[in-house]
Amino acid sequence: MKQFLTFVRKEFLHVLRDKKTLFILFGMPIVQILIFGFALTNEVKNSQIVVVDYAKDMASQEIITKIEASRYFEITKSLAGSKELEAAFRTGKIKMAIVFPEGFNNQLLHQNKAQIQVIADASDPNNATTLTNYVSSIIGDYQAQLNENSPVPYQIKPEVKMLYNPQLKGAPNFVPGVMALVLMLVCVMMTAISIVKEKETGTMEILLVSPFKPIMVILSKAVPYLLLSMVNVVSILLLSVFVLDLPIAGNIFLLFAESTLFIITCLTLGIFISVKTDSQQTAMLISLLGMLLPTLLFSGFMFPIENMPIALQWFSNIVPSKWYYIIVKGIMIKGLGFSYVWKETLILFGITVFLLIISLKSFKIRL
Amino acid sequence: MNEKVISCNALTKRFGDFTAVDSITFDVQKGEIFGFLGANGAGKTTAMRMLCGLSIPTSGEATIAGFNVYKETEKIKKSIGYMSQKFSLYDDLTVQENITFFAGIYGLSDKAIKENSAALLKQLGMVDQANKRVGSLPLGWKQKLAFSTAIIHQPEIVFLDEPTGGVDPVTRRQFWDLIYEASGNGITIFVTTHYMDEAEYCNRVSIMVDGRVEALDTPTNLKKQFKVATMDEVFYHLAREAKRGE
Repeated sequence: MKQFLTFVRKEFLHVLRDKKTLFILFGMPIVQILIFGFALTNEVKNSQIVVVDYAKDMASQEIITKIEASRYFEITKSLAGSKELEAAFRTGKIKMAIVFPEGFNNQLLHQNKAQIQVIADASDPNNATTLTNYVSSIIGDYQAQLNENSPVPYQIKPEVKMLYNPQLKGAPNFVPGVMALVLMLVCVMMTAISIVKEKETGTMEILLVSPFKPIMVILSKAVPYLLLSMVNVVSILLLSVFVLDLPIAGNIFLLFAESTLFIITCLTLGIFISVKTDSQQTAMLISLLGMLLPTLLFSGFMFPIENMPIALQWFSNIVPSKWYYIIVKGIMIKGLGFSYVWKETLILFGITVFLLIISLKSFKIRL
Repeated sequence: MNEKVISCNALTKRFGDFTAVDSITFDVQKGEIFGFLGANGAGKTTAMRMLCGLSIPTSGEATIAGFNVYKETEKIKKSIGYMSQKFSLYDDLTVQENITFFAGIYGLSDKAIKENSAALLKQLGMVDQANKRVGSLPLGWKQKLAFSTAIIHQPEIVFLDEPTGGVDPVTRRQFWDLIYEASGNGITIFVTTHYMDEAEYCNRVSIMVDGRVEALDTPTNLKKQFKVATMDEVFYHLAREAKRGE
């Protein structure tokens, strides 16, 4: 144990001595959080929505048919009441709900105006805005059609409600994304480089000849980065609460526990890369291309996964950041509890265990 | 002075069809400076890895400091020191931090670390440099520091893998003074080198060719045996027979 502490102390010295590493470690998350405010527009296709039709009359049916016919929406089910709505949104799959009030057609015919409620999941604000705009224009179309043959103008007013993020702040979307990105970068790249560096300089040989167990070498490498990453999580959360005015809706301890799990996932990835490579450059390239890019592309943080070809959608499932992103979004923005994210947690846990086993196995072979 | 600290008997390592080390047999006495020579690819590194407990032999027997290379690798690791040609210190740590770290992973107590490192710094005349980063030291100093660090836990044997690669002749000479001193203190030195003048400094020298030990004796006897004037010629005489390339 004392040997282990000696080693961990040495690893901390390495990190603290290296100004460049320190900058990446602590500067990057801050810089990213601050510059990632740009809204990313993206076209939305085949978004899953639900319909609650209290009216069940001609007008509501016609509008539903129109919506269904558009390529933007896919009505997954019609719900009987608004009670089921909340549950549907919590699953995260449903992006929008359309509610027709009772007597919709009657209202429209007799009072010449009626309302439709449109509720969107605004934890992804760009998506929510796009979807509500689409639906409003479909309704507008229908309205125009009615008015063609009518002396009196009919008016259908969509009443839009943004769920989870009523002000449509951009931050909710990118804070969890940046968290995934930063942790991925810090943990995977830094760990990989720090282990490979020992190989390059020849100190690894000395460590292997010493009575210090190889597995302990790896573990003591991981400890400082685990702690430093926790500091990063704290600083990102502080920034998002105090600078971006984005409160944390859910349980902060759950958020920390999930982040720790993800950090461990990343550390094992880093260890895996370091076992397979011999130079710092290779380790860095693999970390950047192999880890960072998939995080950007397939976590759902920048590009909606639903719009990708099926093959890529499948691929996204093996990207750990995707699951972490879903979890953080759920806890941080929607305020969900563990009972809603346990599946994602389990998947992340599975990936971690799998990576740990294969990297430890190949590490032994290398000796 | 007749205690065997390294004893190999028909030690062999195969990788598939390739026999990297082919049945080598030799003993090294306590306090001896044993030169382990051979061209690149002759199997030196593989042999050394087996002796250090890093690689399990395919067949044959060997004991290091009385411990079996098959079963007692952990005990072997505690009884040996190791230094490679890269000097293997951490450039971004200070001299003192390096010493403390390496002493620490060998499980030395805080008190022992303090005492040993103070003595070491004094011996090397580096007391004033204790808090300087190793990266800022001249190569020769680094090398001496690396050697002293490799024996800070007072091992029975120290393995030196081409310890003087890339170092100027004066520094090399000074380095050998350290080696003699360690040997005088009863530490056995097992050294590989490509410098034949260094081979002359060894008590005994073995020369490996194609995985086998082709010659083993004192430098004087070897020169007599091959009827040549220098170790350089002895080495050349044996190594040109080699069939393996690099």
